[in-house]
Amino acid sequence: MFHVHLVHFLIIGAVLFALGFVTVVTRKNAVGILMGVELILNAANINFVAFNHFSASPQLTGQVFAIFVILLAAAEAAVGLAIVLSIFQNFRTIDVTTTDLMRE
Amino acid sequence: MADNPAPPGRKPTLEGILGIGGLAIAAIATVYFMVKVFASPVGPESAPLRGAAEGALAETRISDMLFYAFAGLTVFSAAGVAFSRNIVYSAFSLLGALLGIGALFVYLAADFLAVTQLLIYVGGVLVLVLFAVMLTSHIKDIHISNSSVGLAAGLGAFLVTSVLLVVVAVKTPWKVVDPLPPASPTAATLGNLFLNEYVLPFEISSVVLLASLVGAVVMARKDLKA
Repeated sequence: MFHVHLVHFLIIGAVLFALGFVTVVTRKNAVGILMGVELILNAANINFVAFNHFSASPQLTGQVFAIFVILLAAAEAAVGLAIVLSIFQNFRTIDVTTTDLMRE
Repeated sequence: MADNPAPPGRKPTLEGILGIGGLAIAAIATVYFMVKVFASPVGPESAPLRGAAEGALAETRISDMLFYAFAGLTVFSAAGVAFSRNIVYSAFSLLGALLGIGALFVYLAADFLAVTQLLIYVGGVLVLVLFAVMLTSHIKDIHISNSSVGLAAGLGAFLVTSVLLVVVAVKTPWKVVDPLPPASPTAATLGNLFLNEYVLPFEISSVVLLASLVGAVVMARKDLKA
């Protein structure tokens, strides 16, 4: 049980996903929500690379997918933070509960 | 002159508890490691622990204890991101989480991916997040509450999600390659894969990056004709 096995990495991935999910759901700050999304993507990466190492080992398909996830997460973080900055320039706040102009 | 409304370190905050908890686990792991190193007659490189009881501890290695230290760093930092009141504490806890995940990639024989994680996530995405935090928060009231629901609801959501996922992860009989092949450098193999099998997603991702670059610049620009 102490020797490192696949289950340990899956538990870490599960806990990270749950914490990222809690961050996305409970945060008012828009940048905080984006940080939660980064945690969720990293949990998925841990799962990909763990399964690649323990279940598909000579091939590197899981690592290729993890590289694509990192790449797209960086692109999405850039665009998301640009949107947050634009909202801040217009509303002077990034509280997601108060920026509700489109709501009835 | 009025004092700072919430002077740090005066009463136990959640971030303090999480940080002390993580440091305590790291300290206990370090002390255990030192005791085992100096009490064993043979070097610690990758030998099983000497003098330990048979059974669960017989196959434990030093790298396993360090794995628990890195896993503790990752999980406690992610808990700091999720439950911290202060957005700047969340951003720096995200740094700790990303560093821990980079270390865990090394345990999975993904050396190129570990360095990529450090370069791009810590050196790119995290710096961008910190810029956004610093540009969009009023520094003087940075201690105000940040979460829209209380701590109890957050903990409840975390427990439900994590217990469900952990039960699925533990109970499923995953198919594992039994003699694991020895770890080898992955950069050349990944390069070959990107240019042979995965060349189409590779080229399309360059278009995606160009589009996100142009979009981010256009959107974050200050409107000069206001």
